[in-house]
Amino acid sequence: MAATTPRPALEPMPDSDLLLDVKDLRTYFHVMDGTVKAVDGLNFSIPRGRTLGVVGESGCGKSVTALTIMGLLDIPPAEVASGSMHFDGRDLLAMEEDEWRQLRGSEMAMIFQEPMTSLNPVFRVGDQISESVIHHMDVSKSEAQERAIAALSRVGIAFPERRARQYPHELSGGMRQRVMIAMALACEPKLIIADEPTTALDVTIQAQILELIRETQEETGAALMLITHDLGVVAEMVDEVIVMYAGRVVEHGTAEEVLLDPKHPYSEGLLASIPSRASRGQRLNIIKGAVPNPFNMPGGCNFAPRCPYRFDACDEHDPRLKPLDGRQVACWKYQDVPS
Amino acid sequence: MPPDEQNKMPEGDVEAHARLRETAADLGGADNEVALESLSQWQLAWRRFKRHKMAMVGAVIFITVVIIAIIGPFLVPFEMLNFPGAMEAGGDPPSLEHLFGTDRDGRDVFGMTVHGARTSIMVGLGSVFIAGFVGVTVGSTAGFLGGKVDNVLMRVVDVFFAIPFLFVILVAAQFLGHGDVFSIILIFGLLTWPLIARLVRAQFLSLREQDFVDAATAVGVSKGRIAFRHVLPNAMGPVIVAMTLLMATNIILEAFVSFLNFGISETQATWGNSLSNAQNALSLGNWWWAFFPGMAIVLTVIAINFIGDGLRDALDPRTRE
Repeated sequence: MAATTPRPALEPMPDSDLLLDVKDLRTYFHVMDGTVKAVDGLNFSIPRGRTLGVVGESGCGKSVTALTIMGLLDIPPAEVASGSMHFDGRDLLAMEEDEWRQLRGSEMAMIFQEPMTSLNPVFRVGDQISESVIHHMDVSKSEAQERAIAALSRVGIAFPERRARQYPHELSGGMRQRVMIAMALACEPKLIIADEPTTALDVTIQAQILELIRETQEETGAALMLITHDLGVVAEMVDEVIVMYAGRVVEHGTAEEVLLDPKHPYSEGLLASIPSRASRGQRLNIIKGAVPNPFNMPGGCNFAPRCPYRFDACDEHDPRLKPLDGRQVACWKYQDVPS
Repeated sequence: MPPDEQNKMPEGDVEAHARLRETAADLGGADNEVALESLSQWQLAWRRFKRHKMAMVGAVIFITVVIIAIIGPFLVPFEMLNFPGAMEAGGDPPSLEHLFGTDRDGRDVFGMTVHGARTSIMVGLGSVFIAGFVGVTVGSTAGFLGGKVDNVLMRVVDVFFAIPFLFVILVAAQFLGHGDVFSIILIFGLLTWPLIARLVRAQFLSLREQDFVDAATAVGVSKGRIAFRHVLPNAMGPVIVAMTLLMATNIILEAFVSFLNFGISETQATWGNSLSNAQNALSLGNWWWAFFPGMAIVLTVIAINFIGDGLRDALDPRTRE
């Protein structure tokens, strides 16, 4: 490539097989009572066509991470305080809002948690899908409509021509989530971010929707970032998984490694809290306590106050991700404590 | 209960029914029913509005008044100044020749009321159109952009609310108005838009946090398009209700201002001017001077308020349950 535009600074080009590369991302919210560090030093990457699971309980920064990548945060109060995000080799944070907007919907798309409220009640669903198509592709209105109908039929909606003419309130929750997926996939994005896509749905519909996401992902070769707190979903869907706690990754490994042999006490706690046949009749395991108050983070390891293995060093020093048996864990249990 | 009544579905059942069909379709059931009509939010609102009896009565009365306002003046000739019979003594009670009687100067009260309808409807619709246009523009800009823009615009609105409204209208009508209808329309519109602006802003503030706004942003829809194509249509329900009620208020206001001789010039027939001329009607026992124009105002305003009520019920999402 000819040097038409000088790069502002020499930086190592990210690996070309990495679709999304996030380094040391920090997203802060400046609110009246102070600063909330919703995402605080996040590192991860997603190779093309692969699936990354992001797990963790409510309030640990999963959704904020997704919104940061999509550029959907209101700035201010939000601020991307530091870090870098490269998408397909391009620096997202250096982009103008207009460029970023062009990416949204065409190269990266998002499936939201609440299908009941994520569709505009006053538009026919076909129009909502074709709106995105018209935006990103050089097609006529009727072509866009056709594409919308094709997208609807691809997500398993029967009689797509009729459905396209219906309004969101006429569709069930499962149907609406299918429409949302159709909308996200209409322009065949390279990255799909699914933020708890099945949380609001009936169990029977959940499996169908997950299956649908997986199928469409296989068809289009898109990469998927699947945010969930359902470890069952992780087991079924993802290649790699990051476990988030209080805005950081505490464990990062393949789904198999993390699910079968969790190392971090938090991952361990998450897995132990799933009811199983073996634990029938016993009280459910829980992780005691709650995510720490964002205005008053513990000094050392964020998880220390709830950790069954806590020892003195945990209160004083903040653990970093270190390799352990082919994965990465941030826990003093496995690392030498600095003296 | 008439048989027709029994066949009607109870309120809210239309959607429940639609969802039932969806479930059946989800389960792979017969899909042929999907071909049934697909109703937009506005069509559903119209259905609910039709069920609102008082609102329908209001709508019929209002439409009648509007029709009278449009074609009445062509059918009933009337002049405020050079009317026939000006030299005769006035004050005849209602008769076949003069349905509503004649006024002090011998003018036909019926003709005056019919011509006044045109003025009142023009003032009502015109001022609300201006107030709506300015109010929606200002309110949506403030609500959607937020921050400094919002702050500045809302302080302007605050100023409008702080000034003694009636006083300003009286002064403005007298000095700027020169007594013609269009100045009155303009003055009313430019003084009442802050009401609409506030409402639209409030709607925008709550709507812009809705998931569907994020979802639209996530597929690359631009900010302006989101504001006007996605948020605004969702904000219109309460705004339409408010504009309806504002229209009623402005019609009364016009009558009031004209009654005080600060409004539309006496050379034009308006309900307010009719009432103004009828100030000593009761002491003379000539009730028809005040009764007919007064009734015209009351009927029209009540009708509009009924419509507003019906629209409120029809457009309020909470009544959809």
